[in-house]
Amino acid sequence: MKTSKFSISRNLLLGAFFLLSTFAVNASKSNEKKDFVEEEAFDTKELIFHHITDSHSFHIAGDMALPLPIILWTENGLVTFMSSEFHHDIDGKTIVEKNGMKFVNVHEKIYQLDAGASSVTFDAEHHPTNAKKPLNFSITKNVFSMFLSMAFILLIFLLSARSYKRSNNNMPSGIGKFMEPIILFIRDEVAIPNIGEKHYGRYMPFLLTLFFFIWINNVIGLIPFFPFSSNLSGNIAFTVTLALFTFIITLFSSKKYYWKHMLWMPGLPVPMKLFLAPIEFMGMFIKPIALTIRLFANITAGHIIVLSLISLTFIFKNYFVGVGSVVFVVFISVIEVLVVAIQAYIFTMLSALYFGQALEEEH
Amino acid sequence: MELITPEFGLIFWTGISFLILLFILKKFAWKPILNSVNTREQSIKDALAAAEAAKREMENLTADNERILKEARAERETLLKEAREIKTKMIADAEEDAKVKADKLIANAQAAIETEKKAAISELKAQVANLSLDIAEKVVKAELSNKDKQLKLVEDMLGDAKLN
Repeated sequence: MKTSKFSISRNLLLGAFFLLSTFAVNASKSNEKKDFVEEEAFDTKELIFHHITDSHSFHIAGDMALPLPIILWTENGLVTFMSSEFHHDIDGKTIVEKNGMKFVNVHEKIYQLDAGASSVTFDAEHHPTNAKKPLNFSITKNVFSMFLSMAFILLIFLLSARSYKRSNNNMPSGIGKFMEPIILFIRDEVAIPNIGEKHYGRYMPFLLTLFFFIWINNVIGLIPFFPFSSNLSGNIAFTVTLALFTFIITLFSSKKYYWKHMLWMPGLPVPMKLFLAPIEFMGMFIKPIALTIRLFANITAGHIIVLSLISLTFIFKNYFVGVGSVVFVVFISVIEVLVVAIQAYIFTMLSALYFGQALEEEH
Repeated sequence: MELITPEFGLIFWTGISFLILLFILKKFAWKPILNSVNTREQSIKDALAAAEAAKREMENLTADNERILKEARAERETLLKEAREIKTKMIADAEEDAKVKADKLIANAQAAIETEKKAAISELKAQVANLSLDIAEKVVKAELSNKDKQLKLVEDMLGDAKLN
Protein backbone atom coordinates (compact mmCIF):
# COMPACT_ATOMS: atom_id res chain seq x y z
CA MET A 1 0.00 0.00 0.00
CA LYS A 2 2.71 2.36 1.04
CA THR A 3 4.85 1.62 -1.98
CA SER A 4 1.96 2.02 -4.38
CA LYS A 5 1.18 5.42 -2.89
CA PHE A 6 4.83 6.32 -3.21
CA SER A 7 5.02 5.27 -6.85
CA ILE A 8 1.84 7.17 -7.70
CA SER A 9 3.21 10.37 -6.25
CA ARG A 10 6.49 9.74 -8.01
CA ASN A 11 4.78 9.27 -11.34
CA LEU A 12 2.76 12.41 -10.80
CA LEU A 13 5.93 14.34 -10.06
CA LEU A 14 7.64 12.88 -13.08
CA GLY A 15 4.74 13.81 -15.31
CA ALA A 16 4.54 17.33 -13.99
CA PHE A 17 8.23 17.75 -14.44
CA PHE A 18 8.22 16.65 -18.05
CA LEU A 19 5.25 18.86 -18.82
CA LEU A 20 7.11 21.77 -17.31
CA SER A 21 10.29 21.03 -19.18
CA THR A 22 8.59 20.73 -22.57
CA PHE A 23 6.86 23.99 -21.87
CA ALA A 24 10.16 25.52 -20.95
CA VAL A 25 11.86 24.22 -24.09
CA ASN A 26 9.15 25.75 -26.22
CA ALA A 27 9.41 29.01 -24.34
CA SER A 28 13.15 29.23 -24.77
CA LYS A 29 12.84 28.40 -28.46
CA SER A 30 10.37 31.21 -28.99
CA ASN A 31 12.65 33.56 -27.08
CA GLU A 32 15.53 32.59 -29.30
CA LYS A 33 13.50 33.40 -32.37
CA LYS A 34 12.52 36.77 -31.04
CA ASP A 35 15.83 38.03 -29.82
CA PHE A 36 18.36 36.44 -32.17
CA VAL A 37 20.89 36.93 -29.43
CA GLU A 38 23.55 34.24 -29.34
CA GLU A 39 24.39 33.58 -25.72
CA GLU A 40 27.38 31.61 -24.66
CA ALA A 41 26.18 28.02 -24.49
CA PHE A 42 26.08 26.55 -21.00
CA ASP A 43 28.56 23.69 -21.00
CA THR A 44 26.97 21.03 -18.81
CA LYS A 45 29.59 18.44 -19.59
CA GLU A 46 32.42 20.69 -18.55
CA LEU A 47 30.67 21.65 -15.31
CA ILE A 48 29.98 18.07 -14.41
CA PHE A 49 33.44 16.86 -15.33
CA HIS A 50 35.04 19.70 -13.46
CA HIS A 51 33.13 18.58 -10.40
CA ILE A 52 33.59 14.83 -10.53
CA THR A 53 37.29 14.89 -11.45
CA ASP A 54 40.07 15.90 -9.11
CA SER A 55 41.52 19.40 -8.96
CA HIS A 56 44.53 21.12 -7.46
CA SER A 57 42.56 23.82 -5.67
CA PHE A 58 39.36 23.60 -3.72
CA HIS A 59 36.71 25.90 -5.13
CA ILE A 60 34.63 27.48 -2.37
CA ALA A 61 32.29 30.03 -4.00
CA GLY A 62 32.53 32.61 -6.78
CA ASP A 63 36.21 33.44 -7.29
CA MET A 64 37.22 32.12 -3.89
CA ALA A 65 39.20 28.92 -3.81
CA LEU A 66 41.34 27.21 -1.23
CA PRO A 67 44.89 26.86 -2.55
CA LEU A 68 46.33 23.39 -1.99
CA PRO A 69 49.96 22.30 -2.00
CA ILE A 70 51.37 20.81 -5.18
CA ILE A 71 54.03 18.18 -4.55
CA LEU A 72 55.95 16.88 -7.57
CA TRP A 73 58.69 14.32 -7.85
CA THR A 74 60.86 15.36 -10.77
CA GLU A 75 64.25 14.10 -11.91
CA ASN A 76 65.76 16.98 -9.91
CA GLY A 77 64.04 15.94 -6.71
CA LEU A 78 61.00 17.12 -4.83
CA VAL A 79 59.29 20.36 -5.89
CA THR A 80 56.52 21.93 -3.83
CA PHE A 81 54.47 25.09 -4.29
CA MET A 82 50.91 26.26 -3.69
CA SER A 83 48.32 25.82 -6.40
CA SER A 84 47.45 29.53 -6.10
CA GLU A 85 50.59 30.24 -8.14
CA PHE A 86 48.66 29.08 -11.20
CA HIS A 87 46.03 31.78 -10.54
CA HIS A 88 43.09 29.43 -11.30
CA ASP A 89 44.55 28.73 -14.72
CA ILE A 90 43.89 25.23 -16.00
CA ASP A 91 44.60 25.85 -19.66
CA GLY A 92 48.39 25.67 -19.40
CA LYS A 93 48.92 29.40 -19.92
CA THR A 94 50.42 30.36 -16.55
CA ILE A 95 53.92 28.97 -16.16
CA VAL A 96 55.31 28.44 -12.67
CA GLU A 97 59.09 28.27 -12.45
CA LYS A 98 60.68 26.31 -9.62
CA ASN A 99 64.31 25.12 -9.41
CA GLY A 100 64.76 26.06 -13.04
CA MET A 101 61.86 23.86 -14.12
CA LYS A 102 58.70 25.16 -15.71
CA PHE A 103 55.31 23.74 -14.74
CA VAL A 104 51.88 24.28 -16.26
CA ASN A 105 48.44 23.07 -15.27
CA VAL A 106 46.49 21.64 -18.20
CA HIS A 107 43.04 20.54 -17.07
CA GLU A 108 44.27 19.76 -13.58
CA LYS A 109 47.25 17.80 -14.84
CA ILE A 110 50.67 19.21 -14.05
CA TYR A 111 53.21 19.04 -16.87
CA GLN A 112 56.88 19.89 -16.75
CA LEU A 113 57.75 21.83 -19.88
CA ASP A 114 60.88 20.97 -21.79
CA ALA A 115 63.49 23.68 -22.09
CA GLY A 116 62.40 26.39 -24.50
CA ALA A 117 58.77 25.38 -24.62
CA SER A 118 56.13 27.84 -23.49
CA SER A 119 53.00 25.74 -23.84
CA VAL A 120 52.24 22.03 -24.01
CA THR A 121 51.40 20.55 -27.39
CA PHE A 122 49.77 17.17 -27.73
CA ASP A 123 49.95 14.54 -30.42
CA ALA A 124 46.93 12.69 -31.80
CA GLU A 125 46.85 10.23 -28.87
CA HIS A 126 46.93 13.11 -26.39
CA HIS A 127 50.51 12.47 -25.36
CA PRO A 128 52.49 15.64 -24.70
CA THR A 129 55.22 16.19 -27.29
CA ASN A 130 57.26 18.86 -25.53
CA ALA A 131 56.62 18.17 -21.85
CA LYS A 132 56.92 15.44 -19.23
CA LYS A 133 54.48 14.42 -16.53
CA PRO A 134 56.30 14.33 -13.19
CA LEU A 135 55.03 12.01 -10.46
CA ASN A 136 52.30 14.00 -8.79
CA PHE A 137 51.88 13.60 -5.04
CA SER A 138 49.91 16.82 -4.67
CA ILE A 139 47.38 17.31 -1.92
CA THR A 140 44.51 17.66 -4.35
CA LYS A 141 40.88 18.34 -3.52
CA ASN A 142 40.27 14.62 -3.12
CA VAL A 143 43.30 14.10 -0.91
CA PHE A 144 42.26 17.09 1.18
CA SER A 145 38.79 15.61 1.45
CA MET A 146 40.28 12.27 2.44
CA PHE A 147 42.29 13.88 5.23
CA LEU A 148 39.12 15.58 6.37
CA SER A 149 37.28 12.27 6.43
CA MET A 150 40.16 10.74 8.38
CA ALA A 151 39.84 13.49 10.95
CA PHE A 152 36.10 12.84 11.22
CA ILE A 153 36.52 9.10 11.50
CA LEU A 154 39.25 9.37 14.11
CA LEU A 155 37.21 11.88 16.08
CA ILE A 156 34.08 9.74 15.99
CA PHE A 157 35.70 6.46 16.91
CA LEU A 158 38.29 7.64 19.38
CA LEU A 159 35.47 9.41 21.21
CA SER A 160 33.39 6.23 20.99
CA ALA A 161 36.24 4.13 22.34
CA ARG A 162 36.73 6.61 25.16
CA SER A 163 33.07 6.43 26.10
CA TYR A 164 33.47 2.67 26.55
CA LYS A 165 36.55 3.09 28.66
CA ARG A 166 34.91 5.68 30.88
CA SER A 167 31.85 3.62 31.70
CA ASN A 168 32.33 1.01 34.39
CA ASN A 169 29.98 -1.55 32.87
CA ASN A 170 31.20 -1.46 29.24
CA MET A 171 28.18 0.57 28.14
CA PRO A 172 28.84 3.27 25.53
CA SER A 173 27.55 6.78 25.91
CA GLY A 174 27.20 9.73 23.56
CA ILE A 175 28.39 9.06 20.03
CA GLY A 176 29.46 5.53 20.91
CA LYS A 177 25.81 4.69 21.41
CA PHE A 178 25.11 5.57 17.78
CA MET A 179 28.12 3.74 16.42
CA GLU A 180 27.71 0.50 18.34
CA PRO A 181 24.71 -0.79 16.35
CA ILE A 182 26.61 -0.19 13.11
CA ILE A 183 29.73 -1.91 14.43
CA LEU A 184 27.62 -4.82 15.64
CA PHE A 185 25.87 -4.91 12.28
CA ILE A 186 29.21 -5.28 10.52
CA ARG A 187 30.17 -7.98 12.98
CA ASP A 188 26.92 -9.95 13.06
CA GLU A 189 25.61 -9.49 9.53
CA VAL A 190 28.78 -9.07 7.49
CA ALA A 191 31.79 -10.66 9.18
CA ILE A 192 30.39 -13.67 11.04
CA PRO A 193 28.05 -15.04 8.33
CA ASN A 194 30.66 -14.67 5.58
CA ILE A 195 33.92 -15.47 7.34
CA GLY A 196 32.72 -17.68 10.16
CA GLU A 197 32.92 -17.60 13.94
CA LYS A 198 36.45 -18.97 13.98
CA HIS A 199 38.37 -16.40 11.94
CA TYR A 200 36.19 -13.30 11.77
CA GLY A 201 37.99 -11.51 14.59
CA ARG A 202 41.16 -11.06 12.54
CA TYR A 203 39.28 -9.26 9.75
CA MET A 204 37.08 -7.04 11.91
CA PRO A 205 39.49 -4.06 12.05
CA PHE A 206 39.89 -4.08 8.26
CA LEU A 207 36.18 -4.47 7.56
CA LEU A 208 35.17 -1.78 10.03
CA THR A 209 37.78 0.66 8.77
CA LEU A 210 36.82 -0.09 5.17
CA PHE A 211 33.11 0.37 5.79
CA PHE A 212 33.41 3.65 7.65
CA PHE A 213 36.12 5.01 5.36
CA ILE A 214 33.92 4.44 2.31
CA TRP A 215 30.71 5.51 3.98
CA ILE A 216 32.03 8.73 5.53
CA ASN A 217 33.68 9.68 2.24
CA ASN A 218 30.47 8.91 0.36
CA VAL A 219 28.51 11.12 2.74
CA ILE A 220 31.10 13.89 2.45
CA GLY A 221 30.60 13.72 -1.33
CA LEU A 222 26.87 14.25 -0.88
CA ILE A 223 27.18 17.49 1.10
CA PRO A 224 27.20 20.16 -1.60
CA PHE A 225 29.41 22.87 -0.09
CA PHE A 226 32.95 23.56 1.07
CA PRO A 227 34.82 21.75 2.63
CA PHE A 228 32.81 18.77 1.45
CA SER A 229 31.36 18.02 -2.01
CA SER A 230 34.44 16.25 -3.38
CA ASN A 231 33.96 13.11 -5.44
CA LEU A 232 36.63 11.03 -3.68
CA SER A 233 34.78 7.73 -3.41
CA GLY A 234 33.65 8.20 -7.02
CA ASN A 235 37.28 8.38 -8.09
CA ILE A 236 38.65 5.20 -9.56
CA ALA A 237 42.05 5.66 -7.90
CA PHE A 238 40.37 5.56 -4.50
CA THR A 239 38.21 2.53 -5.22
CA VAL A 240 41.01 0.61 -6.92
CA THR A 241 43.26 1.10 -3.89
CA LEU A 242 40.66 -0.26 -1.50
CA ALA A 243 39.88 -3.15 -3.83
CA LEU A 244 43.61 -3.90 -3.96
CA PHE A 245 43.70 -4.12 -0.18
CA THR A 246 40.86 -6.62 -0.31
CA PHE A 247 42.62 -8.55 -3.06
CA ILE A 248 45.94 -8.70 -1.21
CA ILE A 249 44.31 -9.76 2.05
CA THR A 250 42.33 -12.43 0.18
CA LEU A 251 45.54 -13.81 -1.31
CA PHE A 252 47.35 -13.78 2.00
CA SER A 253 44.55 -15.53 3.85
CA SER A 254 43.94 -18.12 1.13
CA LYS A 255 44.27 -21.76 2.07
CA LYS A 256 45.03 -24.79 -0.06
CA TYR A 257 41.39 -25.53 -0.73
CA TYR A 258 40.87 -22.07 -2.27
CA TRP A 259 43.45 -22.77 -4.97
CA LYS A 260 42.32 -26.33 -5.42
CA HIS A 261 38.76 -25.17 -5.84
CA MET A 262 39.86 -22.56 -8.35
CA LEU A 263 42.33 -24.51 -10.46
CA TRP A 264 41.11 -28.10 -10.13
CA MET A 265 37.45 -27.99 -9.19
CA PRO A 266 36.68 -31.12 -7.17
CA GLY A 267 33.79 -33.38 -8.13
CA LEU A 268 33.73 -32.55 -11.85
CA PRO A 269 34.84 -34.48 -14.95
CA VAL A 270 38.31 -33.60 -16.18
CA PRO A 271 37.26 -31.68 -19.34
CA MET A 272 34.99 -29.54 -17.19
CA LYS A 273 37.86 -28.95 -14.78
CA LEU A 274 40.07 -27.80 -17.65
CA PHE A 275 37.30 -25.58 -18.92
CA LEU A 276 36.56 -23.99 -15.54
CA ALA A 277 40.12 -23.42 -14.35
CA PRO A 278 40.88 -20.38 -16.56
CA ILE A 279 37.46 -18.89 -15.86
CA GLU A 280 37.90 -19.27 -12.12
CA PHE A 281 41.43 -17.90 -12.36
CA MET A 282 40.21 -14.83 -14.18
CA GLY A 283 37.44 -14.55 -11.61
CA MET A 284 40.09 -14.05 -8.95
CA PHE A 285 41.06 -10.77 -10.64
CA ILE A 286 37.60 -9.84 -11.82
CA LYS A 287 36.28 -9.80 -8.27
CA PRO A 288 38.40 -6.83 -7.11
CA ILE A 289 37.90 -5.13 -10.49
CA ALA A 290 34.15 -5.45 -10.02
CA LEU A 291 34.51 -3.98 -6.53
CA THR A 292 36.45 -1.06 -8.01
CA ILE A 293 33.98 -0.32 -10.76
CA ARG A 294 30.85 -0.84 -8.68
CA LEU A 295 31.74 1.78 -6.10
CA PHE A 296 33.26 4.17 -8.62
CA ALA A 297 30.32 3.98 -11.01
CA ASN A 298 27.61 4.22 -8.37
CA ILE A 299 29.02 7.24 -6.61
CA THR A 300 30.03 9.03 -9.81
CA ALA A 301 26.62 8.33 -11.31
CA GLY A 302 24.95 9.83 -8.25
CA HIS A 303 27.01 13.01 -8.59
CA ILE A 304 26.32 13.19 -12.31
CA ILE A 305 22.56 12.83 -11.83
CA VAL A 306 22.40 15.57 -9.20
CA LEU A 307 24.58 17.90 -11.28
CA SER A 308 22.60 17.19 -14.46
CA LEU A 309 19.35 18.02 -12.71
CA ILE A 310 20.79 21.24 -11.37
CA SER A 311 22.17 22.06 -14.83
CA LEU A 312 18.65 21.83 -16.26
CA THR A 313 17.85 25.13 -14.59
CA PHE A 314 20.78 26.81 -16.28
CA ILE A 315 20.10 25.20 -19.63
CA PHE A 316 16.46 26.25 -19.75
CA LYS A 317 16.76 29.45 -17.66
CA ASN A 318 13.23 28.97 -16.43
CA TYR A 319 11.74 29.24 -12.93
CA PHE A 320 9.42 26.25 -13.37
CA VAL A 321 12.25 24.01 -14.43
CA GLY A 322 14.23 25.42 -11.52
CA VAL A 323 11.55 24.41 -9.05
CA GLY A 324 11.16 21.01 -10.72
CA SER A 325 14.85 20.32 -10.77
CA VAL A 326 15.23 21.32 -7.11
CA VAL A 327 12.43 18.94 -6.19
CA PHE A 328 14.16 16.22 -8.14
CA VAL A 329 17.56 17.00 -6.70
CA VAL A 330 16.11 16.66 -3.20
CA PHE A 331 14.46 13.40 -4.21
CA ILE A 332 17.63 11.99 -5.75
CA SER A 333 19.72 13.21 -2.83
CA VAL A 334 17.49 11.33 -0.41
CA ILE A 335 17.93 8.21 -2.49
CA GLU A 336 21.66 8.88 -2.64
CA VAL A 337 21.84 8.91 1.16
CA LEU A 338 20.56 5.36 0.99
CA VAL A 339 22.74 4.42 -1.97
CA VAL A 340 26.01 5.57 -0.40
CA ALA A 341 25.33 3.52 2.73
CA ILE A 342 24.38 0.50 0.64
CA GLN A 343 27.50 0.84 -1.53
CA ALA A 344 29.74 0.98 1.53
CA TYR A 345 27.91 -2.06 2.89
CA ILE A 346 28.21 -3.98 -0.38
CA PHE A 347 31.92 -3.27 -0.69
CA THR A 348 32.47 -4.47 2.88
CA MET A 349 30.17 -7.45 2.51
CA LEU A 350 31.81 -8.65 -0.69
CA SER A 351 35.26 -8.20 0.85
CA ALA A 352 34.14 -10.35 3.78
CA LEU A 353 32.71 -12.88 1.33
CA TYR A 354 36.01 -13.13 -0.54
CA PHE A 355 37.91 -13.59 2.72
CA GLY A 356 35.45 -16.28 3.68
CA GLN A 357 35.98 -18.06 0.36
CA ALA A 358 39.75 -17.85 0.75
CA LEU A 359 39.53 -19.34 4.23
CA GLU A 360 37.22 -22.17 3.25
CA GLU A 361 38.43 -25.60 4.33
CA GLU A 362 37.86 -28.87 2.57
CA HIS A 363 34.59 -30.35 3.73
CA MET B 1 38.92 8.14 -20.45
CA GLU B 2 40.30 10.54 -17.90
CA LEU B 3 37.57 9.43 -15.53
CA ILE B 4 38.67 5.81 -15.51
CA THR B 5 42.42 6.38 -15.42
CA PRO B 6 43.55 6.16 -11.81
CA GLU B 7 45.97 8.91 -10.77
CA PHE B 8 49.07 7.56 -9.10
CA GLY B 9 49.11 10.36 -6.52
CA LEU B 10 45.64 9.58 -5.28
CA ILE B 11 46.39 5.86 -5.09
CA PHE B 12 49.44 6.69 -3.02
CA TRP B 13 47.57 8.96 -0.62
CA THR B 14 44.60 6.62 -0.36
CA GLY B 15 46.88 3.72 0.50
CA ILE B 16 48.78 5.73 3.11
CA SER B 17 45.63 7.21 4.61
CA PHE B 18 43.85 3.89 4.77
CA LEU B 19 46.81 2.17 6.41
CA ILE B 20 47.21 4.95 8.97
CA LEU B 21 43.51 4.88 9.69
CA LEU B 22 43.52 1.10 9.95
CA PHE B 23 46.47 1.12 12.32
CA ILE B 24 45.20 3.88 14.62
CA LEU B 25 41.62 2.66 14.69
CA LYS B 26 42.64 -0.94 15.22
CA LYS B 27 44.75 -0.04 18.21
CA PHE B 28 42.70 2.72 19.79
CA ALA B 29 39.14 2.17 18.62
CA TRP B 30 38.21 -1.27 17.30
CA LYS B 31 40.09 -3.27 19.91
CA PRO B 32 38.73 -1.43 22.97
CA ILE B 33 35.23 -1.19 21.49
CA LEU B 34 35.02 -4.83 20.41
CA ASN B 35 36.59 -5.99 23.66
CA SER B 36 34.08 -3.97 25.66
CA VAL B 37 31.21 -5.31 23.60
CA ASN B 38 32.47 -8.87 23.96
CA THR B 39 33.00 -8.50 27.70
CA ARG B 40 29.53 -7.07 28.06
CA GLU B 41 27.93 -9.77 25.97
CA GLN B 42 29.83 -12.41 27.91
CA SER B 43 28.70 -10.95 31.21
CA ILE B 44 25.10 -10.87 29.98
CA LYS B 45 25.43 -14.47 28.85
CA ASP B 46 26.95 -15.44 32.20
CA ALA B 47 24.24 -13.62 34.11
CA LEU B 48 21.57 -15.38 32.09
CA ALA B 49 23.24 -18.72 32.67
CA ALA B 50 23.50 -17.99 36.39
CA ALA B 51 19.83 -17.06 36.52
CA GLU B 52 18.97 -20.26 34.69
CA ALA B 53 21.10 -22.26 37.11
CA ALA B 54 19.45 -20.55 40.08
CA LYS B 55 16.06 -21.35 38.66
CA ARG B 56 17.01 -24.96 38.21
CA GLU B 57 18.39 -25.03 41.75
CA MET B 58 15.10 -23.67 43.01
CA GLU B 59 13.22 -26.31 41.09
CA ASN B 60 15.49 -28.96 42.53
CA LEU B 61 14.95 -27.60 46.02
CA THR B 62 11.19 -27.65 45.60
CA ALA B 63 11.37 -31.15 44.23
CA ASP B 64 13.59 -32.17 47.15
CA ASN B 65 11.19 -30.65 49.64
CA GLU B 66 8.31 -32.47 48.12
CA ARG B 67 10.25 -35.70 48.11
CA ILE B 68 11.26 -35.28 51.73
CA LEU B 69 7.68 -34.51 52.68
CA LYS B 70 6.49 -37.58 50.83
CA GLU B 71 9.08 -39.71 52.53
CA ALA B 72 8.16 -38.33 55.92
CA ARG B 73 4.53 -39.05 55.25
CA ALA B 74 5.36 -42.60 54.17
CA GLU B 75 7.51 -43.06 57.23
CA ARG B 76 4.74 -41.84 59.52
CA GLU B 77 2.41 -44.23 57.79
CA THR B 78 4.75 -47.18 58.31
CA LEU B 79 5.41 -46.14 61.90
CA LEU B 80 1.71 -45.99 62.62
CA LYS B 81 1.19 -49.30 60.92
CA GLU B 82 3.97 -50.89 62.89
CA ALA B 83 2.62 -49.46 66.12
CA ARG B 84 -0.78 -50.81 65.32
CA GLU B 85 0.69 -54.21 64.57
CA ILE B 86 2.71 -54.17 67.76
CA LYS B 87 -0.38 -53.19 69.72
CA THR B 88 -2.40 -56.02 68.22
CA LYS B 89 0.43 -58.45 68.75
CA MET B 90 0.90 -57.32 72.34
CA ILE B 91 -2.75 -57.72 73.08
CA ALA B 92 -2.77 -61.13 71.44
CA ASP B 93 0.36 -62.13 73.31
CA ALA B 94 -1.06 -60.95 76.60
CA GLU B 95 -4.27 -62.81 76.02
CA GLU B 96 -2.35 -65.94 75.16
CA ASP B 97 -0.19 -65.53 78.19
CA ALA B 98 -3.13 -64.93 80.45
CA LYS B 99 -4.89 -67.91 79.05
CA VAL B 100 -1.86 -70.11 79.54
CA LYS B 101 -1.43 -68.83 83.08
CA ALA B 102 -5.10 -69.27 83.87
CA ASP B 103 -5.06 -72.77 82.44
CA LYS B 104 -2.03 -73.57 84.48
CA LEU B 105 -3.64 -72.13 87.61
CA ILE B 106 -6.79 -74.05 86.95
CA ALA B 107 -4.82 -77.23 86.35
CA ASN B 108 -2.82 -76.64 89.54
CA ALA B 109 -6.00 -75.95 91.43
CA GLN B 110 -7.62 -79.03 90.04
CA ALA B 111 -4.56 -81.08 90.90
CA ALA B 112 -4.56 -79.63 94.42
CA ILE B 113 -8.24 -80.25 94.79
CA GLU B 114 -7.77 -83.83 93.57
CA THR B 115 -4.95 -84.37 96.06
CA GLU B 116 -6.93 -82.75 98.85
CA LYS B 117 -9.92 -84.82 97.92
CA LYS B 118 -7.86 -87.98 97.93
CA ALA B 119 -6.31 -87.05 101.24
CA ALA B 120 -9.71 -86.21 102.63
CA ILE B 121 -11.16 -89.41 101.34
CA SER B 122 -8.35 -91.49 102.74
CA GLU B 123 -8.59 -89.63 106.06
CA LEU B 124 -12.32 -90.17 106.01
CA LYS B 125 -11.78 -93.82 105.34
CA ALA B 126 -9.40 -94.08 108.23
CA GLN B 127 -11.81 -92.14 110.38
CA VAL B 128 -14.68 -94.37 109.31
CA ALA B 129 -12.61 -97.42 109.98
CA ASN B 130 -11.71 -96.13 113.42
CA LEU B 131 -15.29 -95.22 114.13
CA SER B 132 -16.46 -98.54 112.84
CA LEU B 133 -13.97 -100.26 115.07
CA ASP B 134 -15.04 -98.09 117.98
CA ILE B 135 -18.65 -98.79 117.30
CA ALA B 136 -17.97 -102.43 116.77
CA GLU B 137 -16.02 -102.50 119.97
CA LYS B 138 -18.83 -100.82 121.80
CA VAL B 139 -21.45 -103.04 120.19
CA VAL B 140 -19.43 -106.10 120.91
CA LYS B 141 -18.87 -104.89 124.46
CA ALA B 142 -22.63 -104.34 124.85
CA GLU B 143 -23.53 -107.66 123.27
CA LEU B 144 -21.09 -109.55 125.33
CA SER B 145 -22.15 -108.00 128.61
CA ASN B 146 -24.53 -110.89 129.48
CA LYS B 147 -24.53 -114.57 128.82
CA ASP B 148 -27.64 -114.80 126.89
CA LYS B 149 -26.68 -112.30 124.47
CA GLN B 150 -23.33 -113.93 123.90
CA LEU B 151 -25.00 -117.18 123.19
CA LYS B 152 -27.45 -115.59 120.86
CA LEU B 153 -24.71 -113.98 118.94
CA VAL B 154 -22.89 -117.16 118.55
CA GLU B 155 -26.05 -118.76 117.41
CA ASP B 156 -26.72 -115.92 114.92
CA MET B 157 -23.28 -116.13 113.58
CA LEU B 158 -23.52 -119.74 113.21
CA GLY B 159 -26.87 -119.28 111.49
CA ASP B 160 -25.33 -116.83 109.11
CA ALA B 161 -22.51 -119.14 108.45
CA LYS B 162 -24.97 -121.86 107.58
CA LEU B 163 -26.74 -119.64 105.28
CA ASN B 164 -23.55 -118.87 103.54
